[in-house]
Amino acid sequence: MQTFVSPKVDKVGIEDRVNRITKRSIKKKAKLEGLKMALNMVDLTTLEGMDTTNKVTQMCYKAQHLHDEFPNLPTVAAVCVYPNFVKIAVDALNGSGIKVASVATAFPSGHSSLDVKITDTKMAVDYGAHEVDMVISRGKFHMGDYNYVYDEIAAIKEACGKSVRLKVILETGELGNLDNVRLASDIAIAAGADFIKTSTGKIKPAATLPVTLVMLEAIKDHYYKTGEMIGMKPAGGISNAKLALHYLIMVKETLGVKWLDNHWFRFGASSLANDLLMQIMKQSTGAYQSANYFSKD
Amino acid sequence: MATRIDVLKTYKIFIGGKFPRTESGRFYQLKNGKTPIANVCLSSRKDLRNAVVAARGAFEKWAGATAYNRSQILYRMAEMMEGRKEQFTAELMSQGMEKNKANQEVMKSIDRVIYFAGWSDKINQVFGSVNPVATSHFNFSSLEPMGVVGLIAPENTGLLGLVSTLCPIIISGNCGVVLASEKYPLSSITLAEVIATSDVPGGVVNILTGKKDELVSHLAKHMDVNAIYLASNGEFKKQIQEDAIQNLKRIIIRDNDSWDDEDHEHPYAIADFMETKTTWHPIEIISGSGSGY
Repeated sequence: MQTFVSPKVDKVGIEDRVNRITKRSIKKKAKLEGLKMALNMVDLTTLEGMDTTNKVTQMCYKAQHLHDEFPNLPTVAAVCVYPNFVKIAVDALNGSGIKVASVATAFPSGHSSLDVKITDTKMAVDYGAHEVDMVISRGKFHMGDYNYVYDEIAAIKEACGKSVRLKVILETGELGNLDNVRLASDIAIAAGADFIKTSTGKIKPAATLPVTLVMLEAIKDHYYKTGEMIGMKPAGGISNAKLALHYLIMVKETLGVKWLDNHWFRFGASSLANDLLMQIMKQSTGAYQSANYFSKD
Repeated sequence: MATRIDVLKTYKIFIGGKFPRTESGRFYQLKNGKTPIANVCLSSRKDLRNAVVAARGAFEKWAGATAYNRSQILYRMAEMMEGRKEQFTAELMSQGMEKNKANQEVMKSIDRVIYFAGWSDKINQVFGSVNPVATSHFNFSSLEPMGVVGLIAPENTGLLGLVSTLCPIIISGNCGVVLASEKYPLSSITLAEVIATSDVPGGVVNILTGKKDELVSHLAKHMDVNAIYLASNGEFKKQIQEDAIQNLKRIIIRDNDSWDDEDHEHPYAIADFMETKTTWHPIEIISGSGSGY
């Protein structure tokens, strides 16, 4: 039995820090670079019950052709789908360099047996997923069974194998407070997560700046202790470019420029990409843009 | 007893049903002769952007309301103006208009709101049509609102010009972003207070004060603005037509010095900002009489 002890979070301090970060102003060239960087960090996501193969191929097309009339745009980092669509996405993105991420482990609730979760994960991996986004067992976490949560993450990491990166979704909207967010982050990192991720996008509140800051601090402490870098992915509720820039500023000021790369930082979002594109067009043409001229899916 | 200090109104701008100060914090002083009357917001392009976002957000619901309902709401607006007749008159006078003329202008303005309110559920009966076609279709055309319309309001009349150009835009279901008169901005803000208390949903009308030449280009270039109503006495004609080219905005220009005349009461002003939709509805073989419906 392991015992998990995490530092307590200074909520007022975190909010104050976030408040100052949102006051930073980025203009002109730096803004354009920031927008492009954010675009390059997006995991274009569709996780709906009504997803179809056509929806997934359409999204993969969009991932490769974000806005063809604007030359030299970066692509998004990855597309994120349910396990049964992984093969379709892998085929559609073949040769593009865009990764395929799959949710697994009885997403989004995480209520199932470990066997089922491992099978779910292996299915995604066998179909060719480059990344797996798992959910932790929030029920067990609230019951204080931290060892169960830890063992489960470790078992899924093993099922992923060496080459597939594991993102661990804490679903912070269900954790109740920032102390729990910090504890869950530490457990996930200790159990072998390559990335920690805020939310499934199915629960509100999803990603927020304070929650992300707490998780970034956990990553920072781990890095100081071991020298090992862990990735971060806020997901859900980040729908405009301005907010995305706030996140980038926070990452830079908390972890440093090394993390400003889509290998270490991602946005889980579906509508963010279009707003980033609209702002990029605004920066380069000088005219405010209309959603009518950007593809929805 | 101490002398009472007057509580003066802060003239703010109107965006999304709220009265914010301009994001830029800038203002200009409005004077009557040498007497300062008010500090007026110098809106910035970010205020303009916010106004267009608010207008776009309000469009679907406003256009989706029944024509009857929009008519009632404009009628309500006229009722609210009636209750503020004296305020409007005094305000026009403070901006340099003589009493009789100010009185006339306010009353005409109220009547004009009523005029356009009445057209709401009749416009499609005049401009809509059933079209003869040679196939077995029921073919009909009706007018629909365009979306977000930018209005560069008349410069030389504070209230009547604004009402005469704004009402035909919104009555059909469009949302408006208004650049108010620079010389007579006060009435537009008081009109905004009327609008805010007349059941007009937030975002349907947005009013910005300030220097038009700072804003027109951004308005005309804005890809999410569908049409421009230029009623500003010939200013900006060339500039707007050049700037609006990217998304082929419809541009309507009316250079009237005065809006007093009843000539300005006509439904074409409403149709100017509507789009014709033609529907081909399949029906059975056309009957002997040529009518399948």
